[in-house]
Amino acid sequence: MAALTRIPPLLLAPSMPPWGTPLAVAWMKNYHPLLKVIPWLTPPSSPPWTPPGRPSRSRASSCLNVSTQKRTCPILSVHPSRGLVDEKFRIVVTNLPPSHKVTLHSLLQTEDKDFWEAFGHYISDEHGTVTGTKYESLGGTYEGTEAMGLLWSMRPVPGSQQGLRIRKRDVLTPMVVHISVYSGHLSQGFSQKPPLATSVIERWHVAPGVKRINIREEEVQGTLFLPPGPGPYPGVLDLWGAGGGLVEYRSALLASHGFASMALDYFAPKGLRLQDVDISYFEKAYQILKNHPVVQSDHLAVLGLSFGSIITLSIVAYSDVIKPQCSVCINGSHLIPFDKNLFELIEEMKKNVDKLRVNEENQVIHRDVILTTPPDPPVKVDVGRIKCPLLLVTAGDDQAFPAVESAEDIEMMMEKAGNRHLLEVLTYPGSGHLIEPPCSPHFRATNFNLQLTKQKVIILWGGQTQSHAYAQEDAWNKTLAFLREHLYFN
Amino acid sequence: MLAPVRTVVTDNGTCPLLSVQPSRGLVDEKFQIVIMNLLPNQEVTIYCLHQSEDKDFWHAFGHYISDEDGIVTVAKDKSLGGTYEGREQMGLIWSMRPVPGSRSGLRLRKTNVLTPMVIHISVYSGHLSEGFSEKTPLATSVTERWYVAPGVQRVNVREKGVRGTLFLPPGPGPYPGVLDLWGGGGGLVEYRSALLASHGFASMALEYLAPEELKTVDVDVSYFERAYQILQNHPKVQKDNLAMLGLSFGSAITFSMAAYSKVIKPQCCVCISGSHVVPIDKSVFEAFEEIKKHANKARMNEENQVIQRDLILPIPSDPALKVDVGRIKCPFLLVNGGDDQNWASVESAVDMEMMMEKAGNRHLLTVLTYPDAGHLIEPPYSPHFRATNFMLQEMKEKIVMLWGGQTKPHAYAQEDAWNKILAFLRQHLCFSSNFAKAKL
Repeated sequence: MAALTRIPPLLLAPSMPPWGTPLAVAWMKNYHPLLKVIPWLTPPSSPPWTPPGRPSRSRASSCLNVSTQKRTCPILSVHPSRGLVDEKFRIVVTNLPPSHKVTLHSLLQTEDKDFWEAFGHYISDEHGTVTGTKYESLGGTYEGTEAMGLLWSMRPVPGSQQGLRIRKRDVLTPMVVHISVYSGHLSQGFSQKPPLATSVIERWHVAPGVKRINIREEEVQGTLFLPPGPGPYPGVLDLWGAGGGLVEYRSALLASHGFASMALDYFAPKGLRLQDVDISYFEKAYQILKNHPVVQSDHLAVLGLSFGSIITLSIVAYSDVIKPQCSVCINGSHLIPFDKNLFELIEEMKKNVDKLRVNEENQVIHRDVILTTPPDPPVKVDVGRIKCPLLLVTAGDDQAFPAVESAEDIEMMMEKAGNRHLLEVLTYPGSGHLIEPPCSPHFRATNFNLQLTKQKVIILWGGQTQSHAYAQEDAWNKTLAFLREHLYFN
Repeated sequence: MLAPVRTVVTDNGTCPLLSVQPSRGLVDEKFQIVIMNLLPNQEVTIYCLHQSEDKDFWHAFGHYISDEDGIVTVAKDKSLGGTYEGREQMGLIWSMRPVPGSRSGLRLRKTNVLTPMVIHISVYSGHLSEGFSEKTPLATSVTERWYVAPGVQRVNVREKGVRGTLFLPPGPGPYPGVLDLWGGGGGLVEYRSALLASHGFASMALEYLAPEELKTVDVDVSYFERAYQILQNHPKVQKDNLAMLGLSFGSAITFSMAAYSKVIKPQCCVCISGSHVVPIDKSVFEAFEEIKKHANKARMNEENQVIQRDLILPIPSDPALKVDVGRIKCPFLLVNGGDDQNWASVESAVDMEMMMEKAGNRHLLTVLTYPDAGHLIEPPYSPHFRATNFMLQEMKEKIVMLWGGQTKPHAYAQEDAWNKILAFLRQHLCFSSNFAKAKL
């Protein structure tokens, strides 16, 4: 298991990406604004790589040119070079010498201009080949046979700020990742050494033809993503967490898989106070989706993450308007019902603010705020009233919400009420709270604006990187299968 | 991974799931088309629509029947009719043709290589052959086909009177270089170089027919030598690791340069649909004049399409009329179509083989001949054009030129030739002689 890097203080500038690449040009523009950027600077001289013990020879006499010191150029291929963020890629390096140590490296510059990287240590086989899907990484930010390790094990480069997170805001442009292969087993200094080869790949949240539509109707604010084609399509109401703002990338990805998905801005969107966001806000949003001309009004789902799951459980149990064909709740809880408005809900949670804990690294653990000793009788969402199939995705190491405990209690309640057959629970040991689309890097703790205390803290989400990556991939596949089963195949 | 398919037939039928993977691919990558959630044994048409940069619409379609699980897998199932038949994974692309009612003699060529070709793939109920725009499809997917991989850089070359476009692969380099010469159609055709750069070669597409301010009379051997040197001296190109690649007239230039030039000494050359008859030792203009002397041998078929292959037949025995291929010193790969109606490339290859046998350098030559393929052997899955509109240089005359070929064999030739060309370039430019021997 890769050890977590301690991120040093915020004094060092991030190290420069591989020389000569567009990223390096961008880096220079950002960090050395006084330097004139000259695109055709010759890369720092590096001797052409030659296999040890084998002097380069000129070619056989069939070609009497300038004496050719044959360079072996390792060939790096990453396929597909443009993919959706949930597609796997295949990395193959050929034309290395046999049994040669190499490092595969990935580099990404986020919209916030931070640099993230990952790397794995490999040894080529007797043919001089390394195949990412079949060979084991012997060290680096990930280990073992991990086809996508170069993406999900990414972390901020040494010298970055603390508590960073990757969240794509403009979903209509791709994430651009530079994949390189270096000679030897390196763990640092990637920008000082020229790689043997580099490939650039794009990771997209939208498939071609997906349309993005701003929704501003009455006071409801959101973004609707429509799949290509004439439709009509099944619809998904997509509720993110209490981070606030409008997070679009999951809806964009759902539309790429054939669902008309509406990401809803509900946590005090512009012009609205928390008091104004009540059940009727969500009912209006649901109806906007339902009544949209290319959405199938009888093929709808509600999907929530974190705080969005709290809302989902309540509105699906209580609303007369919101009656989806199925629901998905990721790392939520039924222990705090949403029956008035968001302001009241947070006031309710504030009663337990003394249950907030802080660990030795000053990271805030939120889960006990919800997992309180409920009053007698307990005020929980009456999940016995739920009438549609419900998929609960829970993380075994969720430090923000008591997702696993809530799921167990939900199961008991539904057993008593006679609707247990509607419930499916997935639990991922070792996974943290933020179960995002596959290949998203794992963030064990990040900067967060805590609603409860109106403070900027570092909140502990939990999870161990490799287990968390597995959970994201498996949960996404099962979520898509669940949605397809209830919205397409029924 | 997915739950077993259970379908319930409603009044509206089922809503099928259409998936095209990858949704964004290079033009030489295959895609997987799978349709699920159809009824068992349901007749469907898979339809492909593309609007070219010239605003013309091109389409293709195949007729399929789903299996007992209601699934169609294009890579495994057979098309029973349409613009292609049989088990053809990429048939929807290479069998595209202009929609009914289009102008005649159209050709599909991407001018702006930095944007993708956008292709709409739809599923229709039943076996349709027309009226696609009036009927609503069951599902649609959009896929992009790119000539450039991410990170490939496009650089304008305007130096010493030479005009071209250089495409550089991503990464620090340096890379092996390819000088890329198109045919007598003229202009600057970039897409093959863009694709070569996507495969790791610094490739320069050279404009040599009617470049600005240059007449063909001024485009002579030194023009090509200057172009080669510009490529060779580029900081990101490996000086001693270059190739020349030519198509049609570009091949003729390649033969001449490789045999005679003291400056142009590539590691290897590829010549597609070319001939060594008509050496280019002075200017391109004079070479054209030489060819024109035989213009009376051009024929026209019943459809008024011009057949030019006889212009250089019979292959002359006088060596002064041909490039002395006995002087070639580097490996050569020839790619020819058996049904080439434009140049007598197959006959030329036979003659070249004889000459090189006599001269003792026959071992440098590899000839690939594709039966029933035509003259225009383009990157894989490009639609096949048996005859298209063509502007004859210097005469400014518009005709319809017959290129030849039958669609399915031509598509096969394009795919296979491209793989072999890439392997050939890699073998001579990327792999060390040690490795090449070890692998053999």
